[in-house]
Amino acid sequence: MSDRTQPTIYPETQFYWEGAKQGKLLLNACTPCGNKPFFPPRPFCPHCGSREVTVMQASGRGALHSFVISHLPAPGYEPPFTVAVVMLEEGVKMLTNIMNCPPDPDHLELDMPLELTFETRGDLKIPQFQPAKGGAA
Amino acid sequence: MSKAAIAIVGAAETTRMGKVPELSQTGLHADAALNAMAECGLTPADIDGIATAGHDAAEIAQYLGITPTWLDSTSVGGCSFILHVRHAAAAIATGLCKTVLITHGESGRSNNRAHRPLFPSMQQQEFESIYGPLFPPARFTLPVMRKMKDDGLTIEQLAMVAVVQREWAAFHPRATSHDPLTLDDVLSSKMIAWPFTKLMCCLVSDGGGALILTSAERAKDFPTKPVYLRGMGGESCEGPMISQMEDFTTSKAFRVSGKAAFESAGILHSDVDHLMLYDAFAHLPVYGLEDLGFVGKGEGGAFIAEGRTRPGAELPLNTNGGGLSYMHSGMYGMFALQEGVRQMRGTSPAQVKDAKLSVVHGVGGMFSGAATAVLTSEDQW
Ligand SMILES: [Zn+2]
Repeated sequence: MSDRTQPTIYPETQFYWEGAKQGKLLLNACTPCGNKPFFPPRPFCPHCGSREVTVMQASGRGALHSFVISHLPAPGYEPPFTVAVVMLEEGVKMLTNIMNCPPDPDHLELDMPLELTFETRGDLKIPQFQPAKGGAA
Repeated sequence: MSKAAIAIVGAAETTRMGKVPELSQTGLHADAALNAMAECGLTPADIDGIATAGHDAAEIAQYLGITPTWLDSTSVGGCSFILHVRHAAAAIATGLCKTVLITHGESGRSNNRAHRPLFPSMQQQEFESIYGPLFPPARFTLPVMRKMKDDGLTIEQLAMVAVVQREWAAFHPRATSHDPLTLDDVLSSKMIAWPFTKLMCCLVSDGGGALILTSAERAKDFPTKPVYLRGMGGESCEGPMISQMEDFTTSKAFRVSGKAAFESAGILHSDVDHLMLYDAFAHLPVYGLEDLGFVGKGEGGAFIAEGRTRPGAELPLNTNGGGLSYMHSGMYGMFALQEGVRQMRGTSPAQVKDAKLSVVHGVGGMFSGAATAVLTSEDQW
C-alpha cells in the first residue's frame, strides 16, 4: 500500500487532508447558495463565485454512482481493482476505490449504499468507501 | 446565399503510420507538414500562421523554418486541432495571417519523444490519480456504467461500435486493422477495464497529419480541390476531472460545441452527409450521436448496433475506421479532420457518394474538452 501515489497537497486543500487524518471527510459549502457543498475543495463557490464558503463534515454515506474494474497497472495496486465514483448523500461526487469488496461486477451494483472508510498511506489517511454494513444509505 | 470565407487547401498525413520508429515526434510533425505543403505547392516561406498541440508551436515553426505572425498552441487534448481550425479561421478572417499550417505528430507507439503531452491538472492529480486510474482506459470509461443503467446502453451495443467501424476500415489500405470483427471477437478480447475489452479501446500508433488553411478567395489559386468551412464551428470544455462531469450520461462540452457549430453553419442534422466522432473508446460515438442531436438521448447505442452508421447506411460515421481501427496516435483529432477533408474532396477510399457536408467532432482529454467543425465541398450555400 505504501507505494501508492501520495497526493500533492496545496494550501487550499490542507484542511481536507488534515480532516482525513482525524477520520473526517470535510467539504467546502457555499453560504449564499444555501450551504450547498461542492467538490473538490476551493475557497470560493464554483456555482456562484462567492468567497463566503464554510467547511462542513460529510455524513460519510453515499451510493455507488459508477465504476470500472481496472486491469491496468498502478503503483501499489494489484490489478484488477475497482475505480469508482461515489455520490455522497450531500449531492457531490468523488472518486474512490471500493474497499473490502471483490473487484467483481457481481459484487458491485449501481446505487448500492457505500460508507466512508480510510486507507492509511504514509502519514496520510485517504478517504475511501466500502459497501455499507448497515444496509440502505 | 452565404459565401464560404475560409478553405482548407492542404491536407496530408505522415508518409507512414502505425509503427514509425525511424522518426521522432518532431519528425512526424515535419513529415506531415512537408506532405501537406507539397500537395498544394507551398514552401515554409509561404506559411505565416502555425498551430499545434501537445508540442510547442514555436519548436515546430523553428524546425520547419517558418517565421509566423500568428501562433496557437492551444492544447486541450486530442480535439485541439479542431479548435485550431476554428481559431485559424478567425485569425485569417481578421487579417492576423494569411496561410495557416496546423500540424500533429505523435510517437505514441515508439515513444520517440522528450515527454508525453500531458495536460497537467493539479486537482485531477490530487483527487483522482491517487485512486489508480492512471491510464485512459480506466478513467475515460468511468461514466459508462451509469449510462448503461440510466439510458439502457448495453455492452453488446458498445462492442458493435468496434464491429461496424471495422467494416469502414476495410476500405482503407492505410488503416492499421482491416480484418472483419464479430461481436464475439470484441466481447471475448482481453479485459482492460471492465466492461471495456481491448477491441473497445483505441489503437496506440505513431503518426501525424497537417492541414493548410487560407481564405476562400485565395483557395482558387491552389492545385488542390478546396474544402470550405461552413460557419465557425464550436468548442467548449467541462474539465479534466471526470468525476466532476455534471451528468455521466451526457457531455456538456459536446452539447455546447455541437450546438454552436450547427447554429453557425445554419444546418439541420438531415443536411449532414458524413460524420466523424472521435472514438478513443467505443462509448464516444454513442455520446457524440446523442449530444450532437443526431439521435435522442439513450438512442445512440441502438442506432449503431442496428447498423445505421455502417457502409451504405443512412449516416456514414467514422468512415476511416476511427481510433479503434484506423490509427490512434494519442491526439487523434487530426485524423478525424483528414478523413472529413478526404470525403469532401471525394478522395476517401471509403467515399460516401455525393457527400457535400461533413461534421467532424472531437473530444479532448477525457470528456474534458470538445470541438466541432463543419466542412463542405461547396463554396456557397
Ligand atoms: Zn454559491
